[in-house]
Amino acid sequence: MDGQAGSPWQQALDKVRDWARINSPWAIHYNSGSCNGCDIEIMATLTPRYDLERFGVKLQGSPRHADILIVTGPVTRLSRERLLRIYDQMPNPKFVIACGSCGLSGGAFRGCYNIVGDISEVIPVSVYIPGCPPRPEAIIYGVVQLLESLKRRNAPAVNLPRQEGAPA
Amino acid sequence: MEAQRKFIVPIGPQHPALKEPGHFQFSVEGEIVTGATVRLGYVHRGIEKGAEARNWTQNLYLFERICGICSHVHATALALGAERLAGVEAPPRAQAIRTLMSELERIHSHMLWLGVAAHEGGFETLFMYSWRDREIVMDLLESLSGNRVNYSVNLIGGVKFDVTEKHHDEILKGIEILEERTKHYLKVVTTDRTFLARTRGVGLMTLQQAELFGAVGPTARASGVARDVRIDAPYEAYPQFPVRLVTDDGGDLLARFKVRTRELFESYRLIREILNHMPPGELTTRVPRRIPAGETISRVEAPRGELFYFIKSNGSEKPERIKVRTPSLCNWASVTQVAIGHKLADMPMILSGIDPCFSCNDRMVTINRGSSSQVWTWEELRRYGIEYYRQR
Ligand code: SF4
Repeated sequence: MDGQAGSPWQQALDKVRDWARINSPWAIHYNSGSCNGCDIEIMATLTPRYDLERFGVKLQGSPRHADILIVTGPVTRLSRERLLRIYDQMPNPKFVIACGSCGLSGGAFRGCYNIVGDISEVIPVSVYIPGCPPRPEAIIYGVVQLLESLKRRNAPAVNLPRQEGAPA
Repeated sequence: MEAQRKFIVPIGPQHPALKEPGHFQFSVEGEIVTGATVRLGYVHRGIEKGAEARNWTQNLYLFERICGICSHVHATALALGAERLAGVEAPPRAQAIRTLMSELERIHSHMLWLGVAAHEGGFETLFMYSWRDREIVMDLLESLSGNRVNYSVNLIGGVKFDVTEKHHDEILKGIEILEERTKHYLKVVTTDRTFLARTRGVGLMTLQQAELFGAVGPTARASGVARDVRIDAPYEAYPQFPVRLVTDDGGDLLARFKVRTRELFESYRLIREILNHMPPGELTTRVPRRIPAGETISRVEAPRGELFYFIKSNGSEKPERIKVRTPSLCNWASVTQVAIGHKLADMPMILSGIDPCFSCNDRMVTINRGSSSQVWTWEELRRYGIEYYRQR
């Protein structure tokens, strides 16, 4: 990035960037092994009754265009690699929302042989939405929480490089 | 002649079209698909093995979470099987409530599918409308059970909640609105010119093919296969409330749309009938503390087709083996065959035509070669899993 960290130019740029990010965060959704329940609720939040798009949130197909990664489900061995790849492909700064009890702790599937663990064991997570599945209202609340914290500029920092050799 | 140039188009596992991970490879010549392969397994979690480490009650919750869309039928299949092993039967009222939930779930699932399939066809308006109307049935499910998805209706030996007068009126009112809307959808899918251009004659599967590939559920019924577990082997309260078979001879995507939409009407009719003739009585029956040793199978009709459970109990508090055969997995073979010869742009529609559900079809299947048979222990399976993914 050009400009010094504290220079007025940089500050102005940061402001514009924050403004843009808060007003139109683009999200990408990945199912890393969920039962589908959370996914249909995420879909439901986008449809007329709940309409997440009024917060400017748009569901995006490509990780390279996304600011927010919404992950559902526990992480299975096969999708772990994919999840990491998607995460790595997203531009900085990026935020991860873990949706559903499975994503938080493994939920009902904790201990199954093909489960690596919950999402935070693989990538850093900024917002956790509990529920099995969380209601659309809860999902909206979670997204809004993230946007609020961005506004206050104390977003849970998650742009940490992921650790190599995370639990396999 | 110029050398044939073949391209392979990989899609997935993260892709905007379907909400679940699955990996497809289409080999194409120009626009035309010449071969298709599916790579599944991204959401394989190891539920069947996990079941052996949980007791029967815990398993009800675990199996419900095989698939969030048809969660109720999974738990029902398990409960029915366990009840048969225990030699008990849920009281009639409980059976009726189970059936009621099954049908409500079918409505929710078919409406969901209608929206998703329309979305794949680029018909966003229909997607938004059908999902808006689907909220009506979601509200009903919620007011009955307390949860929008994964309702946990079943206990072994009964159900958890009753249908009160208030629910009764609520459901009837909801169904009425939905019926009106469904009439509209049926009209749209059968008369809209642009929509017909995407569905008529696309993904054609003949009756012979459907039988050969072992297609199940609405996918098979749209090819004229008269197969429905609710009719062939009635369970729950279906003997008292018989279902009328809905089939279509078209075999193409249009027929699948028609069959599913017309099944919705059938569900509305059934729900009305069940509500008007709700048997009185208890909700649960006494079940022995331990499920006696034995083996059984249990079949139910999920929204996507026949769901099959094999259940083996050894008399302890945990099941010894539960094998699940889900409808989506049976239907995949048809997709890979039917896709050939179509344009690449038709693929999303053909894929969604079977109403695929990945979370329930990522199962481990052992192909039995000769007479070698093996029993895997938990540790072995775990190690095998870790090794398998490391080598890839
Ligand atoms: S939290 Fe519940 S609904 Fe969501 S993926 Fe997990 S089991 Fe399914």
